[in-house]
Amino acid sequence: MAEQHTIHVDIVSAEGEIFSGDAAMVFAPASEGEIGVAPRHAPLLSLLKPGEVRVQTPDGQQHFFFVGGGAIEVQPNQVTVLADTALRAKDIDEAAALAAKQRAEEALRDRAAHITQAEALAELARAAAQLKIIERLRKLRA
Amino acid sequence: MPGTKEIRSKISSVKNTQKITKAMQMVATSKMRRAQERMRLARPYAQKMRTVIGHLTEANPDYRHPFLQPRDEVKSIGIVVVSTDRGLAGALNANVFKQTLYLMREWQGKGASVSLCLIGAKGLAFFRRLNVPILANVSHLGDRPHVKDLIGTVKVMLDAYREGQIDRLFLVNAQFVNTMTQKPVAEQLLPIESIDTEGLQEHWDYIYEPEAARILDGLLMRYIESQVYRAAVENVASEMAARMVAMKAASDNAGKLINELQLIYNKARQASITKELSEIVGGAAAV
Repeated sequence: MAEQHTIHVDIVSAEGEIFSGDAAMVFAPASEGEIGVAPRHAPLLSLLKPGEVRVQTPDGQQHFFFVGGGAIEVQPNQVTVLADTALRAKDIDEAAALAAKQRAEEALRDRAAHITQAEALAELARAAAQLKIIERLRKLRA
Repeated sequence: MPGTKEIRSKISSVKNTQKITKAMQMVATSKMRRAQERMRLARPYAQKMRTVIGHLTEANPDYRHPFLQPRDEVKSIGIVVVSTDRGLAGALNANVFKQTLYLMREWQGKGASVSLCLIGAKGLAFFRRLNVPILANVSHLGDRPHVKDLIGTVKVMLDAYREGQIDRLFLVNAQFVNTMTQKPVAEQLLPIESIDTEGLQEHWDYIYEPEAARILDGLLMRYIESQVYRAAVENVASEMAARMVAMKAASDNAGKLINELQLIYNKARQASITKELSEIVGGAAAV
């Protein structure tokens, strides 16, 4: 009968498992307001806001986990929190996207600048090889 | 015959190189193990994501998200190329680039234009010499890539897909088969082709909060991000494995070289002794 009094909780993020175990009650910051999930809850799917997921274990202990957002999936005896590892908001994502674009543009613009020593050496080796081939072709033609 | 002193200094220089390659080999071995562990850790998230998305699409057949909708006409494609930041990893990057070029040529042959998204410094160094638009770039992620460093780069490509700049998105990275083998693989990220809906016979639906479409949007975006993250981590594992093997070969070669040089050194030494002796004997005979 233990199944009816507890609910299995998995908190996973893209970078690893955060928590896995049984709980008497789970609280999560859903996008429309904090929700509490008891065993035998109706199936629910919701996005999460940044905040705190609280897990009450059957022995009365409380565990707190910070999530940067994500999603929660509830089935009658199973709760899965798909947590974001990063804090996300529209403008933060936007800024990150802009930065990624800029890096690409900069890289394309200064083809010569910001060249590392390894790249320079590779470039040199390539040029030397090309010269060698040109020499050989000349000899062949002459 | 070169002087014995030169040979001796050559031997010591090769020995020093061997020390470095041996150290690099050992570092790569331990880093590879950690990267493999992170690959394992990333798996449950992606799996769970797939089942939830599968269920969502099954339960809402009327709503077609653009990420799930194949486009009939493909005018341009995007490729996310994952490469390493540093070299000395055998042919790993070269193989990934070859695979990418192959994919590019295949689609260019069909009349589609190609834009790239590059993860890793080596990819940037290689592809910027080509005349291909690079939409986004992120490098120096280190040995522990984080999802948060990839969000922006992935978003650029997702936005390009949403706006119709690209009609398909591919991901190329080095797949970690085992320590000896890393295979370059290209897979399609968008539109998402295979969402497993098997095992979802029970026809119950969730309560959605907010509406299903927004949840699906959020989940799909995170799913693609987790795929790219997985590729980045897998690429680190492959890089370390390739470096480990390359450095092992380098250490072995250095060992062989040292043996050969030692032989030459011994011969040179013996020759000089013989010469000296014969000079002494010759000198004594003259007297």
